[in-house]
Amino acid sequence: MNAPALFGLCGAALVGFGLYGLVTNPEPLRKILAFNLLGSGVFLVFGVVSRRAAASGLGGDPVPQAMVITAIVVAFAATAMAIALVLRLLEETGRSTLSADNPGGTDKDRGNS
Amino acid sequence: MTISSVFDIGLVVLILTIGASTIVVREAFAAVIGFVVYGLLLAIAWVRLSAVDVALTEAAIGGGMTGMLMLGAVARLRFAKGTDARTSLPVRLAVGILCALVAAGLAIAVLSPPEVIPTLAPMVMENLAQSGLGNPVAGVLFVYRALDTLLEKVVLILALLGVWSLAPDRVWGGIPGLRVYAQPSSTLTFLAQLLPPVGIVVAIYMCWVGAKEPGGAFQGGTVLAAMWLLVMIAGLKSVPSTSQPWLRLLLVVGPAIFLAIGLAGMVLANAFLDYPSGYAKALIVAIEFSLTLSIGVALGLLAAGPPERVRQP
Repeated sequence: MNAPALFGLCGAALVGFGLYGLVTNPEPLRKILAFNLLGSGVFLVFGVVSRRAAASGLGGDPVPQAMVITAIVVAFAATAMAIALVLRLLEETGRSTLSADNPGGTDKDRGNS
Repeated sequence: MTISSVFDIGLVVLILTIGASTIVVREAFAAVIGFVVYGLLLAIAWVRLSAVDVALTEAAIGGGMTGMLMLGAVARLRFAKGTDARTSLPVRLAVGILCALVAAGLAIAVLSPPEVIPTLAPMVMENLAQSGLGNPVAGVLFVYRALDTLLEKVVLILALLGVWSLAPDRVWGGIPGLRVYAQPSSTLTFLAQLLPPVGIVVAIYMCWVGAKEPGGAFQGGTVLAAMWLLVMIAGLKSVPSTSQPWLRLLLVVGPAIFLAIGLAGMVLANAFLDYPSGYAKALIVAIEFSLTLSIGVALGLLAAGPPERVRQP
């Protein structure tokens, strides 16, 4: 197996881990963290899949690389926003949970799609 | 088996172990520390995929900045009341199986070779010389997909506006609630005096070299933001209130210059965000430097969080 395929499989596994953490972990902050894990797994799969097209004597294809850079930045912006929402929730209610008074309201803290 | 494939396998095992540990450990603090380490390891993986630009961004943003934000949040959430009930075992099992299926599907997609390999790389390389840039990734970011890059910077500012808007009305335009540890003659003070000069030079270098080699406005801006935060946390400079005109000017100067050059392209060149021939590199470097400043300020303020105190008159 060549190196890119190995990292591609690693990315696939990370997507699985991230998704699991996002669904099962009840704490908002841990959900945000799991979402970042999921996102970086997606970036890795994307980078590897598009790298198969590496041509023109380049190590990698520059177009998907530029897209991943943009994606990392946007994911950071969304994470910053999500963390600010969680901290505001703490300030308002003194709690950091979403489950008791607001069932099904977990969509809010993810902040990214 | 060559030495590099042994290295790769070891790296993947480390990434997966630490990645999984950020999900399963009970302590949020341990999870965040794991996430920072994970970000740095992932950066090495990107280097192995010969994507050095992505590696720099991942290490700076994915590991560093996100980690810092989360550490700050963990420190505050420590005193939160009430814990959520953990998901029951059958549900966790079912979710685990479904997630494994998703991962397996992706793995099959990675392993199955495509029939037609779509790529824009030859077109990028063909026309790169016209822009005067040597780094194809910078070429894509500032020439072919300049609109994406412009909008990405706008997203940063929108996110910052969103974070500021979460402050209660009475502290709007106040001072962000960044924790300051002002202890004279501590290691932190020493580092905050020693590192910024070096960091600023590194940031300018990264921004300048980004046209030719891996690097660029984003990586440079992150280093600037880190230096600024270090000085503020050590208490050597006070945290500015978000209503300061110079702060807001710095925030928008990068995107504004980018937009102005883009609009000028409609008159001087053929299209929006097109550069007049012969001036492409000079204009791109001007955009990159102003963006580095704006990105540095935006990232620093995002990390500092929403305003919490009213500005003292």
